[in-house]
Amino acid sequence: MKFTQSFIEALESLMANKMRSSLTMLGIIIGVAAVIAMLALGTGAQDSIIGEIEGIGTNLLFIRTDTENVLNPKPLMLTDAESLDDPLNAPDVKAVAASVGGAAEVSFSGESSVVTVLGVTPDYSTVQNMVIAEGEVITDIHLAGQASVAILGANVAEDLFGRTHGVIGESVRISGQPFRVIGVLVSEGGTDFGSADDQVLVPLTTAQVRIHPQDTRGEVDTIYVSAASSETVQDAITQVSSILRDRHNNEIGAEDFSIMSQQSMVDMMSSITGILTIFLGGVAGISLLVGGIGIMNIMLVSVVERTREIGLRKAMGARRMDILSQFLVESSLLSVIGGGLGIVFGWVISAVVGQIATASDFALNPVIGLDAVLMATLFSGAVGIFFGLYPANRAASLEPVEALRTD
Amino acid sequence: MNNTTVVAAKNLTKVYKMGEMEVHALRGLNAEIQRGEVVSIMGPSGSGKSTLMNMLGCLDRPTSGEYYLDGESVADMDDDQLADIRNRKVGFVFQGFNLLPRSTAITNVELPLRYGNANNGRSRREAAIEALNSVGLGDRLDHRPNELSGGQQQRVAIARALVNNPSIIMADEPTGNLDSKSGEEIMDLLLNLNKERGTTLIIVTHDPEIAELTQRVINIRDGVVEAKL
Repeated sequence: MKFTQSFIEALESLMANKMRSSLTMLGIIIGVAAVIAMLALGTGAQDSIIGEIEGIGTNLLFIRTDTENVLNPKPLMLTDAESLDDPLNAPDVKAVAASVGGAAEVSFSGESSVVTVLGVTPDYSTVQNMVIAEGEVITDIHLAGQASVAILGANVAEDLFGRTHGVIGESVRISGQPFRVIGVLVSEGGTDFGSADDQVLVPLTTAQVRIHPQDTRGEVDTIYVSAASSETVQDAITQVSSILRDRHNNEIGAEDFSIMSQQSMVDMMSSITGILTIFLGGVAGISLLVGGIGIMNIMLVSVVERTREIGLRKAMGARRMDILSQFLVESSLLSVIGGGLGIVFGWVISAVVGQIATASDFALNPVIGLDAVLMATLFSGAVGIFFGLYPANRAASLEPVEALRTD
Repeated sequence: MNNTTVVAAKNLTKVYKMGEMEVHALRGLNAEIQRGEVVSIMGPSGSGKSTLMNMLGCLDRPTSGEYYLDGESVADMDDDQLADIRNRKVGFVFQGFNLLPRSTAITNVELPLRYGNANNGRSRREAAIEALNSVGLGDRLDHRPNELSGGQQQRVAIARALVNNPSIIMADEPTGNLDSKSGEEIMDLLLNLNKERGTTLIIVTHDPEIAELTQRVINIRDGVVEAKL
C-alpha cells in the first residue's frame, strides 16, 4: 500500500472522529507546549542573568569570607581592602572597593520602602561602572567624617520623590536617621539581579556606625577588585590571594576567603540555570508522556471498534504490515500534528510570559532554539510511534476469521 | 485434479480447541469445484459449513489435509502468503455487505487493488469503474454506503469481489440482509456474472430457494460432505 494512500486514509479516519482526535491531540499539544515554553523561558532566563553578570564588567573580582575550609576564619576588614591597593605587590589591581550592607527602610515624607543600603568606599562606583546622573560621588572626606550622605538608585528616587532629578539636597531617613541626598545614579534599566537601581549608597564608615551597627568592628561584606584588563584577571587573582593569605595566615588551599571572578559567576549561574531548565523541561516532559498514554488509550479503543473493518481488510488481502502501518500512521499523525500545534502554542506561552516578565522589570527574552523545536518534533513523533505500536500490533495480529465474526 | 478444477479439498480436518475440549469442525472433508461452476454449500448450523467457507476462502488453515486453490497448495502457507492468495484469487461477498462506511463506492471497490502489487493509481481507478459498471452502479461512483440502498450496497460489494478477477467468488448468505426483491436482483446479478464472465461462484446459504438456482449443492453434515441421495 502506498504511503500517500495510507496517509490520506489515516487523515480521513481521524477526521471521522473529530472530537476524539482533537482531545487526544490536546494531550500532546499541552505536553509539547509545556516542554517548548519551559526550555525557552529557561534559556531566556539564563541568557539574561549571564548578560547581567557580564554587564557588571569583565575585570571585576569579588572577595568574600569563606568559612568552609577553615575553623576560625578571620573576617574581611576594611584594612584588607586597603592593603590590596598596593602597586608593588599587586601591580595588576587597578581599583579596590569594599561594601557592607543589607536591607534597610528608606523614607521621605510618608513614602517609604525597604531597599538594599550599601555602605561603600569611594571607588565602589568606579569598579561597578556606575554613572551619577546628578550630584556627586562618595569621597574620602565623607568616609573620614562618617558623613550622613546618600546616593540614591534611580528606582529608589522614583519611589520616594516621584522623580529622578532635582532631589539633591533633600533629606531622607534611612533606618530612622536623616541623610542628605548628594547624588542620583543613572538608571541601568530592566535588570533585577543586584541592580543598582534599587540600592542606596552611603559611606562605608557611616553604614558601619549608624545603619548596621553590628558590623562596627571594621568588617566588610565584600571587597571588589578591578583588574587592569581582562587578560590580567588571573594575575590579579594570584596577587590578591597571596596578599590576603599573608594577612590572614592561611595555607594555600585553606583560605578563609574566596575570590570569585565574573567568569566563575557566569559559569556558576549558567550551571544553576541549566539544571533548572533541564528540571523544568523534564517536568514538562512528563505531561508529554501522559499525552502519549492518551494516544495509546484511544488507539486501543479504535482497534476494538474497528475489528470488523480490520477483518474485512485482511479478507481483501491486507498483510500484517499493511494493518500495522495503517494504525501507526494514524497514531504518529496524531502526535506529529499535536506536536506542531504544541510548538506554536509553546511559543505563544513563552512570548506572553516574556512580555509579563519584561513588564514587571525582569528582562526575559524567551529563546526557542532550533534544537528545542527539532527535539519536540522528534520526541512527539517517537511518542506516537511508541505508544501506537502496541495497539497497531494488536490490530495486525487479529485473525481474519475472528475479526469478521465480530459485530 | 485437472486444469479445470479450481477448488480441490482433500481430507480436510479442522480442530478447534475450546479450553480442554476439542471441537472437530471438519472431519476429513473432500470436495472439488470446477472452473465456471455455480455451487451452493448447505448445511445446518454447527455442520462445519462456516469452517469450510473459511478454509475455501483461505481465511484459515486446515488442521490437516490438503487444499489446492487454482493449483496452489494453501494448507501450509503463512499468514502473509494467505493474505496474498486471498487478494489474488478470492472475492468475498458477505451477508452484511462489509463496506467501509466512510469511503465512497469507488474507494471501496479499489480496496483489494490497494493491497495487491503492481497497480498504479490510474489503472486502479479504471478497474474499479469497470467493475462498478458491470454491476450497474456506474452512476453511483462517489456515493457512500449510507447513501445507497441495501441492494446497491451489495452490488458495490460484488464489484469489490470482482475487481481483482479472482478464481472464485465466495458469497456468504449474500441475500440474507435483503428484501426478497433485492435478493432476487442480487442472485440474478451473480448468476449473470457467472454466465458472462465464467466466474466460479460458491454460495453459502441455508435457503433452499437460493440453492435451487445453483448448478450443484454440496451438503455438509458433521464436518463431512453428505452422500448424495
